Amino acid sequence: MRPSIKKPLMGQEWFVRFASPALVGVLLLAVWQAACRMNEVPVYLFPAPTDIMATLAREWPALIGALGSTLAVTLKAFALAVLFGTGLAFLFVQSRFIEFSLFPYAILLQVTPIAAVAPLIIILVKDTSTALTVCAAVIAVFPIISNTTLGLKSVDPGLLSFFRMNKAGRLQTLWRLRIPSALPFFLAGLRISCGLSLIGAVVAEFVAGTGGRSAGLAYEILQSSFQLDIPRMFAALFLITVTGIGLFLLMAGLSRLLLGHWHESAMESES
Amino acid sequence: MKHQEASLRVVSASPAPTAADPAEAPPVVDILSAEKVFANGMRGLAPIDLTIRQGEFVSLIGPSGCGKSTLLKLVANLHQPSDGRIAWWRGDFRRVGEAGRRLAFVFQDPTLMPWARVDANVRLPLDLAGVPRAGAAPRVAAALEQVGLGRHGRHYPRQLSGGMRMRVSIARALVTEPNLLLMDEPFGALDEFTRNKLDDDLVQLSWERQLTTVFVTHSIYEAVFLSTRVIVMAANPGRVFHEFAIDEPMPRGDAFRGSARFAELCRGLSAVLTEASIASQRRD
Ligand SMILES: Nc1ncnc2c1ncn2[C@@H]1O[C@H](COP(=O)(O)OP(=O)(O)O)[C@@H](O)[C@H]1O
Ligand SMILES: [Mg+2]
Repeated sequence: MRPSIKKPLMGQEWFVRFASPALVGVLLLAVWQAACRMNEVPVYLFPAPTDIMATLAREWPALIGALGSTLAVTLKAFALAVLFGTGLAFLFVQSRFIEFSLFPYAILLQVTPIAAVAPLIIILVKDTSTALTVCAAVIAVFPIISNTTLGLKSVDPGLLSFFRMNKAGRLQTLWRLRIPSALPFFLAGLRISCGLSLIGAVVAEFVAGTGGRSAGLAYEILQSSFQLDIPRMFAALFLITVTGIGLFLLMAGLSRLLLGHWHESAMESES
Repeated sequence: MKHQEASLRVVSASPAPTAADPAEAPPVVDILSAEKVFANGMRGLAPIDLTIRQGEFVSLIGPSGCGKSTLLKLVANLHQPSDGRIAWWRGDFRRVGEAGRRLAFVFQDPTLMPWARVDANVRLPLDLAGVPRAGAAPRVAAALEQVGLGRHGRHYPRQLSGGMRMRVSIARALVTEPNLLLMDEPFGALDEFTRNKLDDDLVQLSWERQLTTVFVTHSIYEAVFLSTRVIVMAANPGRVFHEFAIDEPMPRGDAFRGSARFAELCRGLSAVLTEASIASQRRD
């Protein structure tokens, strides 16, 4: 970040990227806080941001445990989705026959609402934690399949000719051409998929209800709602949101690390 | 044909020897009644007979859709002829790639790998051939030096201008030390000034390295400036319409480009091209 004297504040990169969204956030919180206090809304009905923070501090040990449980399911589901998604994508690009016979079923995964299949999976799979992981992975896998397949096929035909003319083998073409060409698509898939893993984990926990033994954040929200503990619901919600943002930033950072120097999607805007 | 001017020599009937006597030079590519019918039934090329000899710079020019790229791809073995055949150095394609029989192709676009630095892009054909890094490095550096990009090896393609990217693409072709260079409108997307500069360098390079070159272009000036022989093609179906030898000595430069003789050659070629495009109109 180079402070330039000539440019107005609004034109500076750091301001647009970081300061302005932060400012909007602070403003919204202030309005929220003021509205609660001025109208004297009781905490048990609708808590102000400071109340939520106080609850978060008080309930920290229980909530952090729940967060750990949800995060574990999310990460396991994400890893599973990446593994199966890329595996299937590589299978799809091997032949049109394989792609055409299997792709419709991949779409089936995409269009079936997870809340509708989750009860089935939870009954069929004995271990709750595994069941939750499977549910979340089912949601998260499709963007990886479709993006990676598209990426592996989006090879510059000129480069492909060049490889062919130089008598490149199948493995050389895969390693030196197809995989690097697919990387931006794959990483875009990761960004979507990590968010979906979290959503999947939370939705699956909701469906599993309070009966399950692995108590995640959704379980905490359900418990709190039974007890009408609205500040605690907000506190759990806050943790889910922060986790989601954290995962997204992690993936965005990974994209920047891998693509920063060559791909448009990860480039700094040049001014 | 009436349109021909004194300085343009017709060689289609009986190949007349030019200054360096290329008729004596060994053939590099023999196109023997090669024709191309596409999978959709479209007749891309009528049977073509053409011999390209060692040291020649042959330009293919003609109205768009007349099969210039198709012919070049046949020569590059990217397409197979539907009938007839092609010989490289009097042999078949399996022996292409051996010493003295190397072929390189430069596309209309630079077709570089955006994720790889300039030096890695140039090294690609060596990597694919399994040349060790240590052995490849000096060759890559030499090729980059040759196209005037000696100091840009560590850049990424997107950091370079269009002309510089095209130079990288040419360096990637030169690094294998080709004997036959095939280029399909390589400078078509560049501005006039950059194109002239690259043409100058190409003339110098192909002369120094004794390359045999087949060059597709739609620029009359470029064809006259670069070539020892210009082949005018016509469409429907794609065929050779006319041939010229341009016996200006190599290497050529701005003196040739500014000469009255150059202007005269261009006028002559332009007239033939007009006839070729009239002959290319569909009769169905
Ligand atoms: N793979 C293909 N299938 C069918 N028609 C083709 C194919 N490639 C080229 N053509 C047709 O063949 C003709 C010659 O194409 P091309 O060699 O690219 O022309 P040029 O390079 O001279 O402009 C064009 O009419 C084009 O549409
Ligand atoms: Mg063409």
